[in-house]
Amino acid sequence: MKPAARKKIVQALGFLALRLAMGLVLAVLALFLYDIISKGHGAITWEFLTKAPRKGMTEGGIFPAIFGTFLVTAITALLAVPLGMSAAIYLHEYARQTRLTRFIRLSIRNLSGVPSIVYGLFGVILFVNVMRFGTSVLSAGLTLGLMTLPWTITASEEALKTVPNSYREGALALGATKWQMIRTSVLPYAVPGMLTGTVLGLARAAGETAPILFTGAAFFLPFLPKSPSDQFMALPYHLYIMATQHHAVLQVRPLAYGTALVLIALVLGLNLTAVIIRYRLRRKQR
Amino acid sequence: MTSAENAVKVRTRNLDFYYGTARALKNVSIDCFDRKVTAIIGPSGCGKSTFIRTLNRMNDVIAGTRVEGEILLGGQNINAPEVDVVELRRRVGMVFQKPNPFPKSIYDNIAYGLRINGMKDKRKIEETVEKSLRGAALWDEVKDRLDDNAFALSGGQQQRLCIARSLAVEPEVILFDEPCSAIDPIATAKVEDLIEHLKSRYTVVIVTHNMQQAARVSDDTAFMMLGELVEFDRTEKIFTNPANKLTEDYITGRFG
Repeated sequence: MKPAARKKIVQALGFLALRLAMGLVLAVLALFLYDIISKGHGAITWEFLTKAPRKGMTEGGIFPAIFGTFLVTAITALLAVPLGMSAAIYLHEYARQTRLTRFIRLSIRNLSGVPSIVYGLFGVILFVNVMRFGTSVLSAGLTLGLMTLPWTITASEEALKTVPNSYREGALALGATKWQMIRTSVLPYAVPGMLTGTVLGLARAAGETAPILFTGAAFFLPFLPKSPSDQFMALPYHLYIMATQHHAVLQVRPLAYGTALVLIALVLGLNLTAVIIRYRLRRKQR
Repeated sequence: MTSAENAVKVRTRNLDFYYGTARALKNVSIDCFDRKVTAIIGPSGCGKSTFIRTLNRMNDVIAGTRVEGEILLGGQNINAPEVDVVELRRRVGMVFQKPNPFPKSIYDNIAYGLRINGMKDKRKIEETVEKSLRGAALWDEVKDRLDDNAFALSGGQQQRLCIARSLAVEPEVILFDEPCSAIDPIATAKVEDLIEHLKSRYTVVIVTHNMQQAARVSDDTAFMMLGELVEFDRTEKIFTNPANKLTEDYITGRFG
């Protein structure tokens, strides 16, 4: 065989392998979504989305769980977003690159790999017991916030890295202070990326069960939480109960699928929000 | 001797510069005269960019660097603890190798320096934008599209925009760090014309790897090698009758 023909065949085989790998991933995702949508869409009614569960959670809706998940995610965001972005700005723009900062960075990367149950147990000790917030939406939100922080910091730092150094030098050379330089010549171009990473981290947090299990999520509550010190119901935990712990598991299976569908839609919605935010901010810059 | 009829604006004495332990400048003493163009030439890695970046303390942002010796701006040591580096950089403007406009409108690029220095008066900003763009010979080309993004300009126009941007904050000295290395010959000629005009009002220091450029635009020329100043004299003298054999070899193209 001529070398030229051989090269082409090798390339075709290479692309084929890559296409197959991608096809496989998409197929699994499609199958997964098909299963949940086909079995869950029947459960989605106005009542399901707006009413509380009734009759030992065999009937009624999941509104308290939806509400609780939004609430706990808001608290997560309040902790993880400002703190994460600030830490990233400090690490990338201010801190000297020493052995210490390298160690801190490595630790942050490692923290993002710590299993969520470990965060959950840590949250019980720190927020529930030591700080006496009790099992509450506040404790759960702060626990999720701690878990999300490493993601927010890492994503924000990556976003800062993409801003060309020439913007920084250009600003400094005109007599900008370091903070003016960061505020006017770095942040506007890094914030879209920072927000994208942050929202993805929040979406992940919204779907977690382990960190809220012992810190504030309740099996069933007849009332919505009225203050941050109340317990709450959450979608992922509700789903866990409905799918595995319920006394009539088979009877409530359609409701469990419905819950799964709502949770996935919520996470997808958050991710879409990230895309829209980034798109809008990028356009505004032009 | 050099262009001694004018006052010395920037004077370095026994300037040493270190990146960590690596010594990039050795004992460099140069006088840059007011309203003259001083060119720094030399082979790649000779320290000419490092040198010019010490003049507005742009190297401060690089970790692990150290300056020794004196740099005097109008007689004042710019590395003295009481000197405000932010004010220094306003007084000593810089134009970089690659055009680096901000991804903002042409207008906002010029207004940037005024706004960060606290200027709020819109009429004054407008006036300065026009004056600076005229000063950089760019006004006629962009006056009808000041709201366009600066990235829509050609490379040469972007570089003149960067010059206009530095003029807006009324510097005393303008440093050019190989300003034409990323733009085409016609744009280069325009920037050179501009430098010629600028020296009637400013002290200009230019680093260039292009010897013809140094010969065309400068009054005094410093030739550097391996971090050392080899020869510093009137440009005419350097290019017609250099005192040092190394200078002669370099300008006649025997190395570099």
